[in-house]
Amino acid sequence: MNFINYLSERPKLTQFGIVLIVFFILMSMTGLYHDLIVERHLFAKSIVKGEIQSSVGFAESMSMILNWQLPPQLVRIPELTFYHPVINTSATYVLIALLVTAGLLYKSFAESVNKSQWLRVNWFQIISKGFVGIIVGLLFIPTLYNWFFGEVTRSTFWEIPMMLQDFSQYLIFEFWLTPVYDPEIEDYEDYGRVRLFTRAIGATLLFLINLVRELLIGGFETVVSLANVFSDQSGWDWLNENKDKWYSSVPAIPWTVLTAGAFILGYKLQGVGLSILAGFSCIYLAVFGQWEPAMQTLSFVLVAAPVSVLFGVIWGVLAYKSRTVERVITPFLLVAQTFPHFAYLVPIIVFFGIGDHAGAIATIIFATPPMIRLTLLGLKRVSPEVLDAGRMSGCHNYQLMFKVLIPTARRDILIGVNQVIMQCLAMAVIASFIGAMGLGFNLLLALNQLRVGQALELGVCIVLIAVVLDKLSLAWANKQTDYFADLSFVERNKTALLFVAVFFAALLFAWFGNWVFADTAKGINYFYLIPHNKGITTEPFWQAGVDYMVSNWRADIKIFNEWLLVEVLMPMKASYLAMPAIATFVLTMGVGYIIGGIRSAIIVGSFMLFIALTPWWERALITMYMLTFAVIVSVFIGTIVGAICVQNKRATKFILLVCDTFQTFPSFIYLIPVIMLFGVTDTSVLIAVIVYAVIPPTRYTVEGLRNVPESLLDAADMSGTTKLQRMFKIEFPLAFPHIMLGVNQCVVFALFMVIIGAFIGTEDLGQEIMQQLFSGGNIGSGLMLGLCVAFIGLAVDHLIQTWATKRRKLLGID
Amino acid sequence: MSDQQPVIKCDSVYKIFGKDAEKMLQNANGKVVAEEFQKAGCVVGVNNASFEVKKGEMLVVMGLSGSGKSTLLRCISRLTDATAGNIYIEGEDLTSMSDKELIGLRRNKMGMVFQSFALLPHKTVLENIAFPLQVKGNSTKDSIQRAKEMVDLVGLTGRENYFPRELSGGQQQRVGIARSLAVEPDIWFLDEPFSALDPLIRKEMQDEFLRLQGVLNKTILFVTHDFDEALRLADRIAIMKDGIIEQLDTPANIVLNPATEYVRKFTEDVPREKVLKIKSVMEPVGDEKDFSDLRVSEDALIETVAEAVLGDPKSVPVLNANDDIVGVVHSSKVIHVLFGENSTLESNA
Ligand SMILES: Nc1ncnc2c1ncn2[C@@H]1O[C@H](COP(=O)(O)OP(=O)(O)OP(=O)(O)O)[C@@H](O)[C@H]1O
Ligand SMILES: [Mg+2]
Repeated sequence: MNFINYLSERPKLTQFGIVLIVFFILMSMTGLYHDLIVERHLFAKSIVKGEIQSSVGFAESMSMILNWQLPPQLVRIPELTFYHPVINTSATYVLIALLVTAGLLYKSFAESVNKSQWLRVNWFQIISKGFVGIIVGLLFIPTLYNWFFGEVTRSTFWEIPMMLQDFSQYLIFEFWLTPVYDPEIEDYEDYGRVRLFTRAIGATLLFLINLVRELLIGGFETVVSLANVFSDQSGWDWLNENKDKWYSSVPAIPWTVLTAGAFILGYKLQGVGLSILAGFSCIYLAVFGQWEPAMQTLSFVLVAAPVSVLFGVIWGVLAYKSRTVERVITPFLLVAQTFPHFAYLVPIIVFFGIGDHAGAIATIIFATPPMIRLTLLGLKRVSPEVLDAGRMSGCHNYQLMFKVLIPTARRDILIGVNQVIMQCLAMAVIASFIGAMGLGFNLLLALNQLRVGQALELGVCIVLIAVVLDKLSLAWANKQTDYFADLSFVERNKTALLFVAVFFAALLFAWFGNWVFADTAKGINYFYLIPHNKGITTEPFWQAGVDYMVSNWRADIKIFNEWLLVEVLMPMKASYLAMPAIATFVLTMGVGYIIGGIRSAIIVGSFMLFIALTPWWERALITMYMLTFAVIVSVFIGTIVGAICVQNKRATKFILLVCDTFQTFPSFIYLIPVIMLFGVTDTSVLIAVIVYAVIPPTRYTVEGLRNVPESLLDAADMSGTTKLQRMFKIEFPLAFPHIMLGVNQCVVFALFMVIIGAFIGTEDLGQEIMQQLFSGGNIGSGLMLGLCVAFIGLAVDHLIQTWATKRRKLLGID
Repeated sequence: MSDQQPVIKCDSVYKIFGKDAEKMLQNANGKVVAEEFQKAGCVVGVNNASFEVKKGEMLVVMGLSGSGKSTLLRCISRLTDATAGNIYIEGEDLTSMSDKELIGLRRNKMGMVFQSFALLPHKTVLENIAFPLQVKGNSTKDSIQRAKEMVDLVGLTGRENYFPRELSGGQQQRVGIARSLAVEPDIWFLDEPFSALDPLIRKEMQDEFLRLQGVLNKTILFVTHDFDEALRLADRIAIMKDGIIEQLDTPANIVLNPATEYVRKFTEDVPREKVLKIKSVMEPVGDEKDFSDLRVSEDALIETVAEAVLGDPKSVPVLNANDDIVGVVHSSKVIHVLFGENSTLESNA
C-alpha cells in the first residue's frame, strides 16, 4: 500500500517504470533471432539470403507475438515505400475512415449546446474532418499496414542517396549548359553553369588565400599559383617567360618583421600583456621550424574567418529583420550544430574540387552557423529603449543597424567571432583532408608516422594562433578613441612609423644574415626564414616519454584493456545491437513523453525513424553505444572534478584555463598515444572521446556551482548544514539545470569525437562517412549519414533542453 | 500668432495593438471599450486622446503602470504609428510625414529621455552625447565640442571618457538628458526619467531638471507615475487610465475638482498644501486694519509659507505679481487646509 502511494505521488517515475518494463519485455521477445541480432549484420544477411522473412503478414505476426516472439519487421523497421501509396476501399478501411471522422467530430458534437442545429452550423468543419478521416482511413492506414505486414517490394528510402547523387551530377554536368572555350582541345565545350559558378567561388577564395600567403611567406610557389589564376597558360610557363622581371623573384617577408609587427600590434591594441603573448607566439612558431606551415594556416584562417563573420552577421541581420528568413534558417542552424564535419566534405569535393579553397569553404560552412545564431541572439537582446533612443536621435535604417544595433549587440557578436576563430582552427586538420595546406596537413603526416612530439608541437602552434587571433580581434573591437589629445602627425602615427622602421631594420638584419650564416648552415639564413624541420624540437623528449610508457605500462594496460573490452564494452555493444527496433522506439519515445509530453515523443520518434529507415540503423546503434558509454564516463568525471575544483578560487581558474586549452587543442593529437597504448580497439576511441567530451561537464559544473546565489548559501550555513549537506541539498539541485546543459554539450562533443574515431577504426556511422569520403564520395550517402549523426545529437539535445527549461522555470532561475 | 499655435496637438488619437486593430476601430465607430477589444485579442494603448500643449509648457502625463503613458508618448514621437487620429507638431501633420521628414524632425526638433537611460554601451559619455549630432552628419570635431558643452551643463565634467557601465544611475541619466538636449530640440519628451533612481537622487535630479528648464524653457511632455513628482514639475497634468485621459488640468484643479471617481481616488492622499496656492485660500481685504508685517505672494504654495503664516496671530496680506495687496490670509484657513476635510474647499487658482 505504501509503495502504491509512493508511486502515485510520483507519476513520472511510474511512467518511467512502465516504459522500462515494456522495453525489457520487448528485449526478451527476440527469441528465435537472438543469436542473429547480437551480430547485427547477420540478421540483415539472413534476410537477404532468405533464411528469414523480412516481414510477415498480420495473422502470422499476431501468432508470433502470442508465442513470445517479435515478428521480424519490428526487429528492423522495414523500409518505407513512399512513392507507392496504397489506397484501399475495402469495408474494413471504410469503417476505419468513418470511425476516425467520428472521433474527430465527437468533441465538437458533445460540447455543442443546440444539437439539432449542430449539423448546419458546423458543416465546414464536418466536411474538412471527413476529408481527414478519408485520407487517414483509406490511404494512410492501408499504407502503414502494408508497410508493416505486406511484402516489401521496393526499398525507396534506401534509394534516396542514389537519387541525391544523380541529382547533383545532373546539376553539375547537365543542367543549364553553356559553351566555354577550352584551350587544351582548342574548341568550345559545354559546361554546366553551376560548375562554373562553384569554380568561380573556389578561384576567388583561392586567390585571396594565395594573396595573403604571398605576403606572408611569398616567394616562388605562390607567385606561380597567383599566375595560374590570371593567365590562361600554366603558371610555370608564364614564370619561365618572365624570369628576369623583378616581380618573379619578390622575396617573402622575413619572420622577424612579422614577429616585431605582432609585438607592436599587441601593444597598440591592448598593452604589454597582449604584446608579449602575440610576439612570443610568433617566436615559438619560427623557432620550432613551423613558420611556413603556420603562415599557410594563417592565410587560410585570415580569409575563412572574415568571410564567416561577414556571412554570419549578414544572415543574422536578415533573420532579425524578417521572420520568414528566421523560420527558414532555424532548422539549418539546428542541424548544423550536430552535423559531422566529414559529411560536409563529400559534397564540397564534388562541387568545388580539392585544395585550399575547398578547405576554406568547408570551414566557412562549419563556422558560419554559430555566428548567425549569436548575431541573431545579440540583436534580439538589444533593449527596445536603446532602439528607440537610436531612432529618436534621428538615425535612418542604415545608421540604426550599424551604429546602434550591431554595436550594442557586440557582446554576443564578439563571442561569435571568437567561436568562428576557434572553429577555423579546429577545422585546420579536417580541411587538410581535402587539400588545405598548413599545420593541419603536417599534423596529419605526423599522426600517420606516429610522431607524438611533432604532433604536439604542431598542436601547440594551432592553439597559439587561435588564442592570439582571438585576443587581438577582441582588443581591436574594444579599442577606444581619445578625442582630447591634440597630437602631432608623428605622435598619432607613431605605431605605424615604428612598424615601418622595424620593417626596414629587420630587412637589413635578414640581409646581414646572408653573411652571418654564409658558411655555418649551408646557406640557410635563419634571420629570414627558419625552414621546416630546421628549428629546435622537443620531439626526442616526448618520444622517449611515450616509449617509456609503452615499454613499462603496456603489459598492465593490456590486462586492463582486455578486461574492459571483454567485460564491459563488448557486452554493452552486444546488448545495444540486440535491441529490436521497436524496443528502441519505446524507450526513446517513452522518455520523450515523460520529459516533454506528446510533442517531444513525436519529435524524438521522427529523428529515430529517419535513422531506422536508412540502411545504417545498425551502425547508428554502434554510434549510440559508444556515445552512451563516453557520455556517462565524461559526465561522471567532469562533475566530480568540477565540484572539487570549485571549492578553491585558484583551482577554479586553473581548471577553466585547462578547459579552454583542451578545447582548441586539435583533438586528433589525443589519438596517437592512446593508440600506442591501447591498440586499434574501441577503448582507444572511447578514451580519445572522453578526454575531449569531459570538458563541457567540467566547465558547466564549475559555472553552475559558482552561480548559486550567495544568499542561499549563507542561509544554508545559518541553518547549520555541513559542507557536504550543503553541497548535495542546495548547491547541486540549484546548479543541476546548468550542469545538464553541460551534459548536452558533452553529447555534442562526444558525438564529434566518436565520428572522428573512425580514423582509429570503428564500425559506426563515422566509418561509413569516412569510406564515402575516401571512395570518391556519393553525395547522397554523405548527407544522409550526416543527418543520421545530426539527428542522434538533436534528439538528445531536444530532450535535455526541454527538461532544463522546465526545470529552470520550476526553480525560478533564468 | 505662432505663440498661439500649440506646439503639440493631438486630435482623437487611438493606438490599439493587435492584428485587426484598424478594422475593429472602424467598426467601433470611435466608441472603444477596452474589455471588448481585449476579448478579440487586441490591447488598447491610447483611447481617444485629444489635447494641446503650448510653447514652453510642461505637461505631465500620469497614470498607473500599463495605462498607456509610454504609448501616448511614442505616438507623439511617432516611434509607433497611431492607429487613428491626427497629431500636429507646430501645425504640421505628423501622421502624414514621410520617413525623411520624420528623421529631419527628430534630428532638429525632438529629444527624448528614457526610463532605463538607453545609452549605447560601447560609447563613452562624450560619444553618447555626440551621437545625435554625428548621426546628423556634423563633423566629429564640432559634435565633440558641443558634447563637451553639454557635459558641463549637466555637471559631468571630468567623466567624459567613462563608459556608461562605469557610471551610477543618476549619472547615466544625466548623460541621457545631455544627449537628448544636444541637438537643441524645441520639444522634449521624458518617459519616467527618474523612476529607476533612488529617492534622494531623484530629488536631486528633479531640482537639476527644474534648473535646466528654467534656463532652456522647452516644451515638455513628461511621463511619470509619481504624483509628487508631477506636482513639483507640472504646469498641467494629464491623468490616464486604460488608455483614456481621465482629466487634463492644473495640479490644483485636479486635486480640488477631480473629474471622475478614478481621479478622486488617485488624488485622495495628496497633501493639498503641496498643490494649493495662497490665492485659493485668501479672502478679500475686509475692514480690519491690523495686518501682520509679513507679506506672501499669491502664487506661493501653501506648504512653503504655512509655517510663517501660522506663527502669526494676525492676518497676512497677500501680494500679486505687482506687489499690490489683493487679499489676506488667516491662519485659521491654513489650518483648515492642513488638517481639515477637503470637500468644502473651492479653488480659484
Ligand atoms: N508593442 C506592444 N504590443 C502589444 N501591446 C503593447 C505594446 N506596447 C504596449 N502594449 C500594451 O499597451 C498598454 C499600455 O502600455 P504602456 O507601455 O503605454 O504603459 P505605461 O503607462 O507606459 O506603463 P509603465 O508605467 O509600466 O511604463 C499595456 O497594456 C501594454 O501591455
Ligand atoms: Mg512606460
